[in-house]
Amino acid sequence: MNRYYYDFHVHSCLSPCADNDMTPNNIAGMAALAGLQIVALTDHNSARNCPAFFEAAKKQGIIPVAGMELTTAEDIHLVCLFEELKDALRFNDAVDSYRIRIKNRTDIFGEQILMNGEDEPIGVEEDLLSNATTLTIEQAPALVEEYHGICYPAHIDREANGVIATLGTFPQSPPFSLAELHDGARKEEYRGRYPTLSDVGILVGSDAHYLWDIRDREYFLLLEDEPYSSDLVRHNLFKALRGGLQ
Amino acid sequence: MTVSEIAERLSLSPLTLPCGEREIGGAYIGDLLSWVMGRAQSGDAWITIMSNVNIVAVASLTDVACIILAEGVTLEDHVREAAEQKEVNILCSDRTAYELAKSLAGLIQ
Repeated sequence: MNRYYYDFHVHSCLSPCADNDMTPNNIAGMAALAGLQIVALTDHNSARNCPAFFEAAKKQGIIPVAGMELTTAEDIHLVCLFEELKDALRFNDAVDSYRIRIKNRTDIFGEQILMNGEDEPIGVEEDLLSNATTLTIEQAPALVEEYHGICYPAHIDREANGVIATLGTFPQSPPFSLAELHDGARKEEYRGRYPTLSDVGILVGSDAHYLWDIRDREYFLLLEDEPYSSDLVRHNLFKALRGGLQ
Repeated sequence: MTVSEIAERLSLSPLTLPCGEREIGGAYIGDLLSWVMGRAQSGDAWITIMSNVNIVAVASLTDVACIILAEGVTLEDHVREAAEQKEVNILCSDRTAYELAKSLAGLIQ
């Protein structure tokens, strides 16, 4: 068992609200400086910068995880993580059919830049990514599982797009085995206030939109990694996540 | 005016109507359930577009007279069943929350 410091909630320049300096290589470089070992890229309703992030992360010796921050029909944010990059991209295509198409206004929302592994822009996403999809919170977990992923409510300690603010409590249905806090210090407070969180594993994510949001390492998971390979670590990570970190 | 009478006057379709005789005393409009929980009053008609099952719990908790789903929002079967069990009245309409509130205001004393 070894400690793996993580951040499973980071946005790149593909998210309209994220800084354009959040390029794949800048994120990976900043994460390495912060001492993180596993980092997931979770852009709003898109996984299309994940291939570039995988290339960038490998250069820094960081284990990348492909992800997405899905906006449900209720405007609740779910972190979706996939063990395989290719499954994340297939999930991305599936989510496309649930998106509500509104042209992005870059003057209001910001740019949505697709990049390659060298931080070169290779295109832009024309339709706004951050708005609600038509997938309900009840439907989303099953779709994520179809692509061998796992999902859980993001920043439940926030008013905006947090599941508790939107649904009034941490829901029993669908049954989430995990939840993300933005402020890890509030874990006991939230567990005390919402009994439905008692068996739920708590992860802490930075929800970084700017490079300086990527925090120095603090939160870790203990993972089996012998004989070492990044694939084995990622595999054991998903085993731990699926088990609700028990 | 009762929930059944309002349903008829405003042409609202009842999805569940276990207590149609409840008197409506006011109205509240909102979709963020954490807000509704703290602000809707007993006897209100609560107008929302939220259709998650938790609306049933919030309606019970606040003791609103009924939920009115606006803009053609529909319910999944399990939500309807939960509402029947908890005896929560749910009506629906194609009209917007604004149009519904405008019509309601003329009927509630």
